[in-house]
Amino acid sequence: MQRYSGFALVKHALSHHENWERQWRNPEPKKAYDVIIVGGGGHGLATAYYLAKEFGVRNIAVIEKGWLGGGNTARNTTIVRSNYLWDEAAALYEHSMKLWEGLSQDLNYNVMFSQRGVLNLGHTLQDMRDIQRRVNANRLNGIDGEVLDAKGVQARVPIMDCSKNARYPVLGASWQPRAGVARHDAVAWGFARGADAHGVDILQQTEVTGFKVRDGRVYGVHTNRGDIEAKTVGCVAAGNSGVLAKMAGFKLPLESHPLQALVSEPLKPVLDTVVMSNHVHGYISQTDKGDLVIGAGIDGYNGYGQRGSYPTVEHTLQAIVEMFPIFSRVRMNRQWGGIVDTCPDACPIISKTPVKGLYFNCGWGTGGFKATPGSGQVFAASLARGEMHPIAAPFSIDRFQSGALIDEHGAAGVAH
Amino acid sequence: MFHIHCPYCGEHREEEEFHAKGQAHLQRPADPEACSDEEWGDYLFFRDNPRGIHHELWVHAVGCRKFFNITRNTVTYEILETYRIGEQPSFTAEYPDGRRPQDATREAQAPLKAGVHA
Repeated sequence: MQRYSGFALVKHALSHHENWERQWRNPEPKKAYDVIIVGGGGHGLATAYYLAKEFGVRNIAVIEKGWLGGGNTARNTTIVRSNYLWDEAAALYEHSMKLWEGLSQDLNYNVMFSQRGVLNLGHTLQDMRDIQRRVNANRLNGIDGEVLDAKGVQARVPIMDCSKNARYPVLGASWQPRAGVARHDAVAWGFARGADAHGVDILQQTEVTGFKVRDGRVYGVHTNRGDIEAKTVGCVAAGNSGVLAKMAGFKLPLESHPLQALVSEPLKPVLDTVVMSNHVHGYISQTDKGDLVIGAGIDGYNGYGQRGSYPTVEHTLQAIVEMFPIFSRVRMNRQWGGIVDTCPDACPIISKTPVKGLYFNCGWGTGGFKATPGSGQVFAASLARGEMHPIAAPFSIDRFQSGALIDEHGAAGVAH
Repeated sequence: MFHIHCPYCGEHREEEEFHAKGQAHLQRPADPEACSDEEWGDYLFFRDNPRGIHHELWVHAVGCRKFFNITRNTVTYEILETYRIGEQPSFTAEYPDGRRPQDATREAQAPLKAGVHA
């Protein structure tokens, strides 16, 4: 792998930047691998990267039916935070946060991780009580957090309507300074380049059409480019996880919904943090390029068409204009939808399955991007050892029968 | 924006008058106390999540407030039919173009398997 550095930039300037090597290869599939990862999004590529780098597995394939990071990795609002209420979820997201903090150096790829802080607003007395409880829980888990009152919020975000005249007045917020945003495409590309450098074969436009199972054990996959064998298969397919599970002969407690986001025309810098509101239901940040990135809730019905409904767009923008009247005349550039696999308890499934050797990492729902490196690392550890990593263990699929749910609905300040 | 035909009001109305309530035709176990953890977990949490034809429970929340079912394609978002509670769908994964009278005769001879629930 050609390392990126200031020196390399100067050196390549001399040849008009025409001789940079490709970031990853486009190899032909081999007959067999040690591990196959199904799904070439952020989580899948991160899994392959950590498997190769930290667990010494050399013979890995990532199978992607489209192109790298063409699904939800490139369809989110890039927010990274770890202020989750319950110990299990906090451990997982904070593990990820710590990896984010050194990720650009680790990958030798600028993922533009910007720790500009996240505000989760409270608009009612109950919101504020929940915020206090969550911030206290976060601090006990070693996660940074503060409770701000309305004045504190106004000081951080002068353009927000924090007056008492608002229909849903801002009473305060939780503030996580270490949270922020990252460039989502760069995350997929950085992990892909890093994995490829460790010998991982990234097979794009290769679709899994079935699993090869014998005596309750997986030994490969069928694809549109022929059969590929492997004793360990990890599926990280987000919205299409349920379809894969059906091929393997079991059900997942997931429902796939469209979640949409919007990007505005570029503006001068006006918002230097991330603002989320559970109550009026919207979240917003500004990219380095100047676009406002806006998101909100999922469509209420199941769907696989990667587009969202108009009523949801309208509600989202109502919420944003309610908080930021100054944005009422901003024009939107693009709008898109991603398919999120939502779990009944709003926490992911990182688990073994009824088929031996077949593992699933799915159900991230509306909040998977922030967990990309952490999810990849704990899933890689689990695949390498054949035993679930201690951070991943509580997220077993068994919890929907044992009742040991990790109920992060609302509790996490998740605006869904 | 969906235009949904409410089978009780008999009119097409805009999506915003309705709420989606998840998979249709779920049956609560007759004797919950007798369920194993697996059966009860299945009933509570495990749902069909098909790419394609799906039967859903909706409520006409700001209209007649009645619950009814929709058969909808989850990829094209086409609404194939709406029908009242207690009725059976005519568009199913098995009969994506709708069930015809001769299919009903065939079913009478062999009991229906996939796609339709009680």
